[in-house]
This record gives sequence, structure tokens and C-alpha cells, in this order.
Amino acid sequence: MRRLVMLIGIVFVISIGSFYLIHLLPGDPAVVILGTGASPAAKAILFHQLGLDKPVYLQYFAWISNVARGNMGTSFISQSSVAATIRAALPIDLEIIVLSQILAFAAAIPAAMRSARKPDGALDRLLGASSFTLLSVPPFIIIVLLVLLISIKLGIPHTGPSSYVTLASDPIGNLESLSLPAFTLAIGSFVVYYRVLRSDLIATLQEEFITMARSKGLSQRRIMWRHAFRPSSVALLGTASVNIGGLLASGFVVQYLLAIPGLGYTLITAINMSDYLLVQGIVLTVSVGVVVINFIFDFIINIVDPRISRE
Amino acid sequence: MSDNRKDEFATDPLVGDMAQGMFLAEEATLVEKPEKTEPLGILFWVCVGWIAVNVLAAVLANVLPLKNPYFEDFNNINVGPGLHHLFGTDDLGRDIFSRVVFGSRVSIAVGVGAMIIGFGIGAPLGMLAAYRRGRFDTFITTIMYVLLAFPAIIATIAVLSFWTPRSLVKIIIVIGLASVPLVYRVIRTATLSVATKDYIIAAKVQGATDGRILVKELLPNIAPIGVSFLLIGIATVITLEGALAFLGLSVNPPTPSWGNMINEARTVLAENPYLVIFPSVALCLFLLCLNFIGDRLRTHFDVTEVKL
Repeated sequence: MRRLVMLIGIVFVISIGSFYLIHLLPGDPAVVILGTGASPAAKAILFHQLGLDKPVYLQYFAWISNVARGNMGTSFISQSSVAATIRAALPIDLEIIVLSQILAFAAAIPAAMRSARKPDGALDRLLGASSFTLLSVPPFIIIVLLVLLISIKLGIPHTGPSSYVTLASDPIGNLESLSLPAFTLAIGSFVVYYRVLRSDLIATLQEEFITMARSKGLSQRRIMWRHAFRPSSVALLGTASVNIGGLLASGFVVQYLLAIPGLGYTLITAINMSDYLLVQGIVLTVSVGVVVINFIFDFIINIVDPRISRE
Repeated sequence: MSDNRKDEFATDPLVGDMAQGMFLAEEATLVEKPEKTEPLGILFWVCVGWIAVNVLAAVLANVLPLKNPYFEDFNNINVGPGLHHLFGTDDLGRDIFSRVVFGSRVSIAVGVGAMIIGFGIGAPLGMLAAYRRGRFDTFITTIMYVLLAFPAIIATIAVLSFWTPRSLVKIIIVIGLASVPLVYRVIRTATLSVATKDYIIAAKVQGATDGRILVKELLPNIAPIGVSFLLIGIATVITLEGALAFLGLSVNPPTPSWGNMINEARTVLAENPYLVIFPSVALCLFLLCLNFIGDRLRTHFDVTEVKL
């Protein structure tokens, strides 16, 4: 309950922040948004739409009540609804993130379990050193190198820049064109999940209930999955939750390079075209989205480990 | 200890992320390594040396016998590495080697500048909050957690896209302010673990002033954690600047930076892979060394603290 109040408070602060962004622009917002050659009629429409003729707090209430009804205004550059543009782009980001997380968890959980079984063994050292190295390779470098290698040197179709295929037209081609983005994000997530889960598993495996399970003669596999993984998965979920913001940002970078029309590509295009209402809409959507996802993760963690909510 | 760590994660659901690199810093304060005394090792000094070479080259770039990084030689476009151009030339015939050296200036300036702002505001607040506790602590911590919930990279993109024209100083200010809540949290956690120790209470009983306890007792004890987090923080900030530059939201061309060189190379990937490879390697090596030094220092100081 306290969390819910906090969530509402944070969403409120984010909405004020996104609203206020427009006022960061130097000079008259109407001139900045419309350009200097705008007609007085267009200016009047904009002033009315933004409510710029009223005091700031009234402007905010007018804006937020519109946003709450799903109306984020109409872009003055493309003449299309901001909300509709976001609705069209968002599924692509979600698809990339979901794909990358499937890959990252599928690789990180078994790898961490192997490592934790023999800390400082050959495999653990190898994975430790390579994951530490990969932590220092930013996603924008990974994706450029992957494109260089896979799309250009090997010539695999649908993986290069500007070759995005929509899900509706060709599901296989769509998977191909999202494979490099998903893989890039998966590498970053894998490294983090692996390191967190490994160190937590090592700590968990020293607990007395594990010794107890061992002395009962349970199999290694059963001990790892049933006894050690559940308590350690709390740390993993916490990390995944914290990771969401970073994932979205890496997704932006990857889409930008490959011209995949998700939120990130739309955002950068909008910035370059000074389409400020669209930028504002995307910033608001993404920030609120991250906060809500974190909130949901928090809820899941409470289910996995009921001890936490009792404190 | 493992339980502490879980709680830290579990009760911190509202924590946003700055970049994946910051994860190392999380590890820095949360994971206790069971290792025995470990010398810093040769690799540590190799990394220190590499950082020193980079910083020196960045500072002395004007004095060093480098080619002009802005000179466009249209007779030598996209030339591969060779004796004349060590790393080759880009699509405008500019020397890649000197652009990589000059490009390091932006990364180092942003990394150091932003962390000066972040530590300048976040560290004193964190120490004071952890030392005073009570309402002051609750108040500041709540504000910081609300700020942390706002994903830092999206916030920086948003502010930089509206706050035009972009310049190096603005980028440093925005990233620096964005890092304040993270610095605050790390320093506060570190101070909390020290502030309840007996020698602090002893100092208080002896009638030491708050200022004296903060500077003479607390500061030296959290400095090791602070320094290792500072290095990892610089690496994280440089990564963030690189991503912004890659998206075209950092310093304007033709000023070279590692990130915008990689951005410019996008269009000529097939013709001139060297344009991407050299700045990438320079950036990754620099980050790797910073992370490695930070990580080593952390384990090193952890051990000495346990020994005491």
C-alpha cells in the first residue's frame, strides 16, 4: 500500500517533469515548435492546444487530463496523433526486450548454476573473466560489430540497416531482423544476471538448509533447482527490474543503427526534426512504463519471497 | 551477509538504472568477497599505466606531433592503416589516429566533470544523511529514490533534446546531475555501515564536533569505497556519453569523440570498418581498465578492513 502511494507520487513527478520539458526550450515555445515562419492562425491553435494563454498550473491540469484520456496532442511536423504513433512503435520495443530476456535468462541461469557448483573452477574463472570484459563493451559497439560481421561480411538477409520486416507481413523475416537487436541486449543482460545469480547462489549454497538437503541424499539437480534457486531468484528478479531502464536505452541505440521503427528510432527522428510533442509523449510513456514495470516486479518478488513483505 | 544483500535488492524496487556498467558499483557495495589478502597484481598496474597514457595524450594532444584531426585530405579517403596514417583515414580523409586521441578528450572531460558534480552534491548529502539519520535522512532519501525511479538515460536524452544548442558543458551538467542520486545512495550505504561503529561513538563521547567526526573519522573510512565507485562511475558516465554521442545527442561534429566517430562510421561500415574498430577498441580498453582498477581497489580495501 505504501508502495502504491509512492508509485502514484513518482508518476506525478514524472508527468510534471515531462510537461515542464517544453519550457526548457529557449524562447517562445510556439516559435520553437512551429518554426519562425508560422502563421498567426497556426500559433493560435498551438497556444490553445498547449493552453499557453493560461497560468502554468492550469496548463498542467489541462495537459494531464488530456493525457489521461489518451490524447497527447497532434504532431505539428507529421500531422499525426502522438498517441497513435507511440502505439504503433511500442510493440517493436516490447518484442525486442522479451526476445532478449528469454535468451539472457536461458543462458544465465544454467551458466550461473554451473559456476556456483565449483567456485574458482576453470569454468567459473573463464565465465568470470569474460563477463567482466563484456561489462566494458557498450551495446552500441556490440551492435555495430555484429552488423559488420553478420550483415556485411556474412551477408545474412534482413539483419542489416534499414531492412526491418514487420511481424504481420513475414514472421520469419521479422525474427531475422530482430535477431541482432535481441542478441545485443541479451549479451548485456546475460552478463549482469550471470554475475548476480552466481554470487547469490554461492552464498545460498553455504546455508544450513542446503547441508540438510545434501545429508538427506537429494540429487544435485534437485538441490540446485528446488532449494538454492528459489531464494536466489529474488536477487535475480531485483536485478532484472533495475535492468529495464537500461534495456530500453540499449534498445534505442540498436534501433537507431538498424532503422527499426520502434520507440527509440521514432524518438531520435523526432528530436532531429524538432517534433517536440512527440518527444514529450515518448519520454512520458517510457518513464511511466519503467516505473510501473518496476512496481510489478516488486509485487512478483513479494510472491516469490514472502519473508520480504512481512518485515 | 547474503540476507542483507537480498533485502537491499528487494526493498529497492524503485531504483532506476543509469547504465549496465553501474551494476559493478552495486556489486561493489553489496557483495562481500571471501578472498584472502591479494596483491594488486601486474594487470592492475598495466591498467593504471594505460589510463595514464590516455589521460596524458588527451591533455597534451595539442603539443604532440599529431596530424590535424580536422584536416580533410580528399586525395586520401578511407585509406587503410599504414605508415603514413597509423589507423588510416575516414570518409573525409581525416586521420583516424589523431581523431581517436582528440576524441578521448570529450570522454575524459565528461567522465571527470560529471563525477565532480555527482560527488560534489551526492557525497556530502549521503554522508550527512547517514550520520544525522532522523527526519533529514528520510526526507533526502525519499527525494533521491523518486529521482532514481526516473530512468537516467531517458531523462538525459529528454533534457538534452530540448535544451539546445548542445555543448560539452551542458552535457556534463545534465549527466552529472543525473548521477547525484546514485552517488548519494552508495555513499549513504557506505557511511551507514561505518557510522554505528564503536570508534565513532567514542569520538562523540569525547565531545568531538559533528564536522570533525564527518571529516576526520567518517571520510577516511569511506574513502576507499568512494574511490572505487568513482572510477566505476567515470566508466559508466563515459559509456552514457558514448551512447548519447552515438545517437547524435552529444558534442556537435566536427569535434571528434569516440561515440560520434562510431556514429559517423555507420554510413560507411562496409567500405571502411577501421573507422568503427579503432574508436571502439579505444573506448572499450579505457572502460575495461577503469572497471578493473575500481574492482581491484574494492577487493583490496575490503580485505584490509576485514583484517583490522
